[in-house]
Amino acid sequence: MKLALNYREIEGKSIGFWVLLGGLGLLIALALGAVLHMEHSGHHVTGMSNQIVWGMPHVFAIFLIVAASGALNVASIGTVFGKPLYKPLGRLSGLLAVALLLGGLMVLVLDLGHPDRLIVAMTYYNFKSIFAWNIILYNGFLAITIVYLWLMMERKMNKYYHSAGYVAFVWRLILTTGTGSIFGWLVAREAYDMALLAPMFIIMSFSYGLAVFILVLMAAYNWTNRPLGNAVLYRLKNLLGVFIAAVLYFVAVYHLSNLYATEHHAVERFILLDGGIYTKLFWIVQIILGSLVPLAMIYHPSIGKSRPAIATACTLVIIGGLAQLYVLLIGGQAFPLDMFPGYEVTSSFFDGVVSSYSPSIWEITLGVGGIAFALLLVVVAVRVLRFLPETLDDAAVDPHTAKAG
Amino acid sequence: MSDTAKPMNSARREFLSKAGATAGAAAIAPGVFLTTPAVARPADEEVSSDKRWGLLIDTAKCAGGCDACVSACETENGWGGADNSEKLSNDEQQAQWIRKVQLKEKATGHVTTLPLMCQHCETPPCVDVCPTGASFKRADGIVLVDKHICIGCRYCMMACPYKARSFVHEDLKDQKPWAPRGKGTVESCTMCVHLVDEGDTPACVVACKAENHNAMFFGDLHDENSEISRQLEQYGGEQIRADLGLNTGVRYRGI
Repeated sequence: MKLALNYREIEGKSIGFWVLLGGLGLLIALALGAVLHMEHSGHHVTGMSNQIVWGMPHVFAIFLIVAASGALNVASIGTVFGKPLYKPLGRLSGLLAVALLLGGLMVLVLDLGHPDRLIVAMTYYNFKSIFAWNIILYNGFLAITIVYLWLMMERKMNKYYHSAGYVAFVWRLILTTGTGSIFGWLVAREAYDMALLAPMFIIMSFSYGLAVFILVLMAAYNWTNRPLGNAVLYRLKNLLGVFIAAVLYFVAVYHLSNLYATEHHAVERFILLDGGIYTKLFWIVQIILGSLVPLAMIYHPSIGKSRPAIATACTLVIIGGLAQLYVLLIGGQAFPLDMFPGYEVTSSFFDGVVSSYSPSIWEITLGVGGIAFALLLVVVAVRVLRFLPETLDDAAVDPHTAKAG
Repeated sequence: MSDTAKPMNSARREFLSKAGATAGAAAIAPGVFLTTPAVARPADEEVSSDKRWGLLIDTAKCAGGCDACVSACETENGWGGADNSEKLSNDEQQAQWIRKVQLKEKATGHVTTLPLMCQHCETPPCVDVCPTGASFKRADGIVLVDKHICIGCRYCMMACPYKARSFVHEDLKDQKPWAPRGKGTVESCTMCVHLVDEGDTPACVVACKAENHNAMFFGDLHDENSEISRQLEQYGGEQIRADLGLNTGVRYRGI
């Protein structure tokens, strides 16, 4: 017998719900305050400079944008690859994708020198710019995912949602290719300039997006006292393990490719050996804490079955992801441009030296505000619309497994 | 009669000889003026790709410790120390349209200095990546930023192989009318486009000449008779990061 899934809004009457809303609202208000300060005073109040032109806001924004496309994977696995266990999760997956993208775009746009000219960015397009293409890809992703969600949620339109799922899946792959290419196509900087960054960003999105999805799912079901069975949770965490390993593989290929070319030895030495904060972030946070530790936790026979451990592993993947983007973005800019091979270079404009960067509180507040905005959208959406199944216990999602177990 | 006719004849002779000299000068002028001076473009005439403005820098003549070109650019365009225009920004945040770079060859210890600024590429990466088209190249090869549609995303700064662009990190006052700058927008060397359009020479080149260093030459790379083209033909000139194939408008000798 196939059990019908009932989706229902969360009750949203508890004190905890209002505290959560208030807390997220406060973080967003602080972020907007930081933006007013940065835009009124100018970017001199930030740690960014003419040497490190993209800073902490970009780390957060790109994390959120990459995670957004990854969060949609869960829906795609249900729709495109026809896995029944993932189908009840499709609505939350689509919602999270939209929310994370909006959070990321909020940070990206509010860090512009002229956020007031957003209309210019929407009306003047240079079609040779991958950045301009990204603007189209982001807007398209939002539109497609919202239609996909509507077709999933509107019973009369259900028969069309498969097609929308395919379009959304292809679009998200193109979108993350575009995000990776923002860096991959920068020929001037040694840490970038590699076509591998496009597929690497896709696999990073799988990992970050799923880690965020699992955390939000666990929190939502725990805080609303709805049952979340092991069948769903273990399947998701095992998949996360595969994605973490895949990211490690791409990171290894990226560095090995660079190490093979003598001209890139200096930048590799900088990141891997003597780059100070960047080397520490790479080995300690990105590789050990952000990849190897969660991988071990997820596949450990007993720890891997503990819910706090799964939540911790997801949190570590997110922290490791932020570190990975920090090393790539900031580290890639801090390493000096090699304009004159074979020469020691000095100038009043910091040529030939590693640039310093210490993120200001304003930048971090803006980045955190982007995360809070994404989460607030999710909380409000699950309160007013039917995104979450009433139960995700094993019998509801996979009666076959439940019986066998 | 003859007395009165004499001055007339003399005046006629004088006129004829002057006219002849002028005609002769006109006839042989292209041969005498071996270089073609820059000519002002009428304001209502479109910028044409018949010209490609460029700079040549002879590093052998560029004196270490001299930064006359940098000071002249600051004064002309109103940035940096001249107006102390960015008081709140730190050293790494203050704009630099042109800077003196010192190169020490690792193998030999030989030291060279040169001015580095926007290289006015034929295929500029900054123009390719700009989402709004604010970063653009004029038909005559000068690369500029349209401050009205620059949204301040700084992607051009990420893309520039020469770190030639700066972002304005604070409000500015008392700007030069011909070189508008604005908080939240990106800027760089304009090759003194306001002077070039008047038929004049960029401030850095003038200053270098005034110092008697004569290390900088400005002119039309498409005109084979311009001094810059003749110098390049005779002595050659390199591009910084020629491997990128950007065909820069700024060339160097001796690097």
